[in-house]
Amino acid sequence: MRRLSQSYGAHPAHLVSLLASFVVAGYAVFRLLPQGALGVAVWFVGAAIVHDLVLLPAYAAVDRLVHGPRVDRPEGPPKRLWANYVRVPLALSGLLLLVYFPAILRLSSGFEPTTTLSSDGYLWRWLAITAVLFALGGLAYVIRQRPGRSRGASVPT
Amino acid sequence: MTNRVEQPTGRLSRLGRAVADNPPPGPTRPDFWRSPLRGPWLTSVFGSVLLVGITLVFVTGLLSYAAYNPDLSGNDKTPGAGPLGFYLFDWPTSPSWFYRVSQGVHVTVGIVLVPVLLAKLWSVIPKLFTWPPVRSIAQALERLSLLLLVGGAVFTFVTGIANVQYWYVFPGSFYPLHFYAAWIFIAAFVVHVGLKLPTMIRALRSGSMREVLHTDTAHTRPEPPDEHGLVSPAPTAATISRRGALALVGGGSALLFVVTAGQSFGGVLRRTALLSPRFADPDDGPNGFQVNKTAAELGLSDAAQDPGWQLELRGGPDAEPVTLNRDRLLAMPQHTANLPIACVEGWSTSPQQWTGVRLADLTRMAGVDVPVSVYVESLQESGFGTVRLRGNQVLDPDSLLALRVNGADLSLDHGFPARLIVPNNPGVHNTKWVRRLTFEV
Repeated sequence: MRRLSQSYGAHPAHLVSLLASFVVAGYAVFRLLPQGALGVAVWFVGAAIVHDLVLLPAYAAVDRLVHGPRVDRPEGPPKRLWANYVRVPLALSGLLLLVYFPAILRLSSGFEPTTTLSSDGYLWRWLAITAVLFALGGLAYVIRQRPGRSRGASVPT
Repeated sequence: MTNRVEQPTGRLSRLGRAVADNPPPGPTRPDFWRSPLRGPWLTSVFGSVLLVGITLVFVTGLLSYAAYNPDLSGNDKTPGAGPLGFYLFDWPTSPSWFYRVSQGVHVTVGIVLVPVLLAKLWSVIPKLFTWPPVRSIAQALERLSLLLLVGGAVFTFVTGIANVQYWYVFPGSFYPLHFYAAWIFIAAFVVHVGLKLPTMIRALRSGSMREVLHTDTAHTRPEPPDEHGLVSPAPTAATISRRGALALVGGGSALLFVVTAGQSFGGVLRRTALLSPRFADPDDGPNGFQVNKTAAELGLSDAAQDPGWQLELRGGPDAEPVTLNRDRLLAMPQHTANLPIACVEGWSTSPQQWTGVRLADLTRMAGVDVPVSVYVESLQESGFGTVRLRGNQVLDPDSLLALRVNGADLSLDHGFPARLIVPNNPGVHNTKWVRRLTFEV
């Protein structure tokens, strides 16, 4: 048993539980195939890997834009003062867009006939929310910069 | 159960070991990942939130499938489910608000978890580029399982979120895609939790949330070096504190909740759900509540307004069919029930006041005192134009063939001349524009 564990690389229960999960998954994949095997496979693999290779570089690029290239300064004082007051509203607005882009960009032709509601308002409401987020960010920055308060990040009391 | 992956002894050639110890330049090198926030504690915080949230979304998802009574012939949108429907039970009619709450929770919590899911994936991305890619059979199987976990999660979330916005861009029909992707995801999720729970608990104990909440950016330090390869060997200075990162993720969830949840609460809160698909009432007046599918969209306007429309009742094989026009139905004893419409897409209306003939009266009229089920046929041919309801749903005193709502005749879009309204029933099973009821024994 110990030799088997050593060849396998982990405790036998590890193998059993993984195989059980693959059985369930395999059954589900088998039932999914009639839907169109190629389409589903593309979605799956694309979902798992491409999003990491797209979202992360996108984040890094935006970060560089806002804040400048990362510098090795493990013990130095914090330099950026305003980056987070832009990054946070940007991230929150981007999150709303990520979840609701089909509504915001009016990608569904069926929305209006089915709901009898207008699909125009989503873009404006999202922009308004974004404006409010940046306004709050700006307000927070101004408050933090007032003389008498410590500059940049707050210090714990 | 141990998660430690043991090094196989005497298996790697010298060349193999050289390759294993020298990752190529790029993300497979541990020092490529510079964030000082990354580490087991932060990952475990996100993981513990997902543990609770995903469980809640999964259980409400199971209930959502059961609510359709898929064992009744014709109802199952995923007919191949087989053993995955092991838990199914007769869907009750009471409490009348149960499906409304359950489905609202399913969709809203699903959406609210998106930033937490993204944060968790960000926090473990160095593991995607583990080097060497395969170290043992156990590790290879685990990586395959992670492919199913991440792929399944993204697939399930994307189909769900696209569906609620009526963006039918996926490869196939929504129900089987979402259903089977969820099972692939959950199978991998259960194994993942089983393998990582001890690590997660250890990591949570090793850090202090109190301390994190009191630590600003200037004082944020990397977590201690870990055996999992998450903590960066060459971190940069922190540009946001750990509490800031948690606030960003939590704030994202809160923001999504605010712009989404109101469509499930209804009333004054509906107008707060600014980005949700049912953020407003289409109209004032008795028929002004939310619509799903209009008569015009389905080409039913003429048929529904035909003065010659008659409801056909069928009972046992020996019984004569009974036909009733709308006037005769209105002359029968009427009953009033206050019931909401709750959709699988997560939104719901407030309870509306429906008036019509009890289904219990109609089944007796058709000659079937205790029906096992009823086969409902609508003027609508496609989609949910036919459905089966169970005997308990027919006999509930609040189950109606509704003719009027909130004191006025049903509008065309709400199912004129007659529609079903059954307590605790998914919206698509409250059939509109009913033309025939066949009570089955």
